[in-house]
Amino acid sequence: MCAKAHAAPPACKGVAVAATDNTTHARARWGLLRHLAALLGGVLAASGARAVDLPEDSGEALFHSYNGGGVSASGPALLVRKQLADKVSLSASYYVDAVSNASIDVVTTASPYSEQRTEYGLGAEYVYRDAKLSLTTTSSKEGDYTANGVGLDITQDTFGGMTSVSLGFTRSNDRISKQGAPEFADEAAHWQYRLGVTQVLSPRWVMSANAEALADDGFLGSPYRVARVFGAVVPERTPRTRSARAVKFRLIGDLGTRDAVHVDYRYFWDTWDIKAHTAEVGYSRYFGEQWLADTSLRFYRQDKALFYSDNATTETTYLSRNRQLSSFDSIGLGAKVAYKLGRIAGTSGLKLNAAYEYTRFKFSDFTDIRTGAPYAYNANVLQVYLTATF
Amino acid sequence: MTDRTLLTTAVLLGTILQTGCALQPWVKPYERERLADPIMQFSRESLSEKHFEHVRNVREGARGATGVQGGGCGCN
Repeated sequence: MCAKAHAAPPACKGVAVAATDNTTHARARWGLLRHLAALLGGVLAASGARAVDLPEDSGEALFHSYNGGGVSASGPALLVRKQLADKVSLSASYYVDAVSNASIDVVTTASPYSEQRTEYGLGAEYVYRDAKLSLTTTSSKEGDYTANGVGLDITQDTFGGMTSVSLGFTRSNDRISKQGAPEFADEAAHWQYRLGVTQVLSPRWVMSANAEALADDGFLGSPYRVARVFGAVVPERTPRTRSARAVKFRLIGDLGTRDAVHVDYRYFWDTWDIKAHTAEVGYSRYFGEQWLADTSLRFYRQDKALFYSDNATTETTYLSRNRQLSSFDSIGLGAKVAYKLGRIAGTSGLKLNAAYEYTRFKFSDFTDIRTGAPYAYNANVLQVYLTATF
Repeated sequence: MTDRTLLTTAVLLGTILQTGCALQPWVKPYERERLADPIMQFSRESLSEKHFEHVRNVREGARGATGVQGGGCGCN
């Protein structure tokens, strides 16, 4: 895997560095790794005053719906958590997406279709002193795509419980097939490595910084989607490796009147030359003893991938008209309400929640070939769910 | 980001963290009541967040560093 991957995953880079540390370049990187290891060792060894909490016994039942750009997806989702001996918390989840797809790609090049995706998840969290270890597995299946993943995360409270440091990784494998083309079969592997710090700043403010390195290898496009060259339709050709980095900063502040404000910013960049900014501001407020309302405003903007073209005028090795890789921006306005139903039906707390988000997508270099105008659409996301603690 | 920039950032971050370790925690446990409120959490409801995360992951080029644990995506 390391030999063929142009954008090698970080773990492979680490191995490569260890094997060739006779260059200045490699020595600098090896020194950096040792420095980080020593630093993290010191942080993890420090003992805090507050224990990391296991999630309480709980259940969530959610109905979700997405509607936008000719695509509708909806279904139920369930999650249960149960503690064992105050040391371990087990969780199981079930998630269904029933998709009806008549998106612009589909209606201009193929026929609308429906399919269902089902995902199962299992997790275990273990607490030892001020550290928490989480293991999660997921398995997702739809007609032409299966994905299996496993993730491991460690969180350590330190500095008197004011700082939490977390490290984690996820590895997943996908198998891709194509409806109506039994000869097509391909695979993809994904790696995610993350590091996070949460810091209490004052009795009213807390912030977090997260970084993640992502690497993908294998079939990363769609066997159905097509690109355009001089107006003619050709199968898309997507690179088989991708390496990406993301950093995110979050800040939450208590405003003192049973309300809070949060600000988030994320920057993402990858070897396909996509650069993306995400910014969000939100406000939460209690009304009486039973109501909680949240509102948020989210901005997203990205630059296109190197090989993206609305209608190519030169032949290139890679070519895509996947609008997810084009230049576009979106603005989303969200609202959530939660109503406490109280201690009923054998629970220690039952809450009814509803969330809604309206998003406007505007593409700057993806043409709606039906009208010749730049493509834009609105999307609506709705969730209704019950949360119970036991 | 070049290796030199990465190294400089790591050294700076390390220096800040190590300086921080020499300090005493300035927010005492009894002063953290407000921080324990659900509205002060970065992550509240797993399923709801997971759904929003999935909706964005299949439509945007960017992903990662959200703090929401992801698994297999299954999004072609």
